[in-house]
Amino acid sequence: MDELNALFGGFAVALSAYHLMLMVIGITLGVVIGVLPGLGGANGVAILLPLTFSMPPTAAIILLTSIYWGALFGGAITSILFNIPGEPWSVATTFDGHPMAQNGKADEALVGAFTASFVGAIFAVVLITFLAPVVAKFALKFGPAEFFAVQFLTFASFIGMGRGSAFKTVASMCLGFALATVGLDGVTGTLRMTFGQDELLNGFKFLVAVIGLFGIGEILCSMEDGLKFNGAAAKLRMDAVIRTWKQLPRMWLTFLRSCIVGCWMGITPGGATPASFMGYGIAKRLSKRGDNFGKGELEGVVAPETAAHAAGTSALLPMLTLGIPGSPTAAVLLGGLLIWGLQPGPLLFVEQKEFVWGLIASMYLGNVVGLVMVLTCVPLFAAILRVPFSIIAPSIVFICAIGAYTVNNAMFDVWMMLAFGVLGYLFNKLRYPLPPLVLALVLGDQAESSFRQAMLVSQGHVGIFWSNWLCGGIMTLGMVMAFWPALQALRAKFSGNGAVARTA
Amino acid sequence: MSSNEEAEGRPLFSYRTLDIAVALFFLVVCAIVMVDSLRLGITWKPNEGPRPGLFPFYIVLAMGIASLVNLAQALPRTPGGEKTATTVPGIMRMAAIFVPAVLFVFATNYIGIYVSAAIYVGTFMVFFGKFPVWKALAVSLGLAIVNFMMFEVWFLVPLPKGPLETAFGY
Repeated sequence: MDELNALFGGFAVALSAYHLMLMVIGITLGVVIGVLPGLGGANGVAILLPLTFSMPPTAAIILLTSIYWGALFGGAITSILFNIPGEPWSVATTFDGHPMAQNGKADEALVGAFTASFVGAIFAVVLITFLAPVVAKFALKFGPAEFFAVQFLTFASFIGMGRGSAFKTVASMCLGFALATVGLDGVTGTLRMTFGQDELLNGFKFLVAVIGLFGIGEILCSMEDGLKFNGAAAKLRMDAVIRTWKQLPRMWLTFLRSCIVGCWMGITPGGATPASFMGYGIAKRLSKRGDNFGKGELEGVVAPETAAHAAGTSALLPMLTLGIPGSPTAAVLLGGLLIWGLQPGPLLFVEQKEFVWGLIASMYLGNVVGLVMVLTCVPLFAAILRVPFSIIAPSIVFICAIGAYTVNNAMFDVWMMLAFGVLGYLFNKLRYPLPPLVLALVLGDQAESSFRQAMLVSQGHVGIFWSNWLCGGIMTLGMVMAFWPALQALRAKFSGNGAVARTA
Repeated sequence: MSSNEEAEGRPLFSYRTLDIAVALFFLVVCAIVMVDSLRLGITWKPNEGPRPGLFPFYIVLAMGIASLVNLAQALPRTPGGEKTATTVPGIMRMAAIFVPAVLFVFATNYIGIYVSAAIYVGTFMVFFGKFPVWKALAVSLGLAIVNFMMFEVWFLVPLPKGPLETAFGY
């Protein structure tokens, strides 16, 4: 129970008017940053880092982590309202969040997303409080083979859990991988697929693709359907919070599953983005209402948000205990710690007790403050949907252009965004799934390099992926997932119904 | 929903046409990547591991096979495939936002993103939204100025700027 005593000590540090004020400021800034495309949690924290040098370390980290929480909350807002993910980890939130907004339930989707974020974050903070040293040790066991296994499982689950044509899923996913290979090869330093074009040196950045595929693609679809913006019917009722909360308790199992997936991905450093996709995929497969996913199901908002925030928060665990950041934002915070003269690692818990426990206590408080703040603003956010479509549509194109430009400061990316917009429209029409493409673009480089590293270690033997129980277990599960549609088809054939085996 | 669309205008493309076109697009991408992968080498290099082309080669091989299946499924004339995917008015409406968007991006190179965005939003509001000119002016200028303050002044993120911003000293 040493942890509890230390935690109460931490609350004593964090609960001061000054610190609470910093939390409010930080969360407001964070929400703004999360809403704006092109400004992520990592950029936001990095931009504001210099402002904190004159503050005491505890106050500084409270401000910066509050910005982080705010950005995590804020990413959900644009995903739900405009189908533009403000942050990569809110991509999965758009799948059900935006349909909900189109059905006039934007307020419920927002409340659900915020509450889910809160639950995920608190679960991860509790985990940090009690399991920090134990779990961090486990993450050290991860080698390239294990990394590849986790990534393989993530991709295989798309095939296994997809609703549409498995072949379209594979085509879409492989296109993402192919686009991810464009540019400088990280292992050998050779140029790939650039065909002498200098603009392609940097490769295709997934944010550009996401902004085009989702943002511009969505605008094209709504323009084709006619003038009216589908979400315009959103009603603003103040009882949205209570209405939504009444629905949440029956999803406790989804919450729990997403929390576990999220914490696992955050600590191992899988990151918040794959965590949100996995959380969504698992909920879709296991939930009773899984068939409704994608049409505007509250559970489909809750599952990825919970997982993303559990991952985003637990990513701070390896940073504090081992000095290994689990996410880009955690890496920036790590830089901050070093500037304040604090050495992250196991000794931090011994030498800077007050700082560490103050930080952990501020994670609890920051999330409570954040939840209260964003919930009271839900009507305000939902009101954005009442703006006429002929203002919203060009403004979104403008914002998308800003987002695409800021990724690399290149106009080429803005042109690519328009091209991806057309692709997004076509994919949408023909039911090619977009998420596998996006995730392959995000993780393609990592997956390829961990595959190649693992191959180097084993000198080309695929057996390395089954060399220990951890890696082998994950790989086997992945294989089952990848061939799930084929297995289903076989079973349908042998069940004797004479039904035509279709990979649907 | 689909009956509504059919009543609305002349059909342009069927789902079958679009499906075949997209499958062919995938096959073209597949061919391009394969050519470059073969140039990079797809074999095992002793002491260095797989050559850079190996991973992309097998990835697009899978993509090519999947696209061939998609193509084969799209080719037969089925009632589902003959359904109208897009109509002429639908394409026209999409062009109404997309063509100006292309011009907007093109203009950004010369007059900066803020000025061209103000023109883009303003003209779209007047011609498509039938807003009075003063409202369009207020909204488009306000949007450009708010974004300018946000990105250039507060967050110090430089975006493409043109002669007007230079005149103000940015």
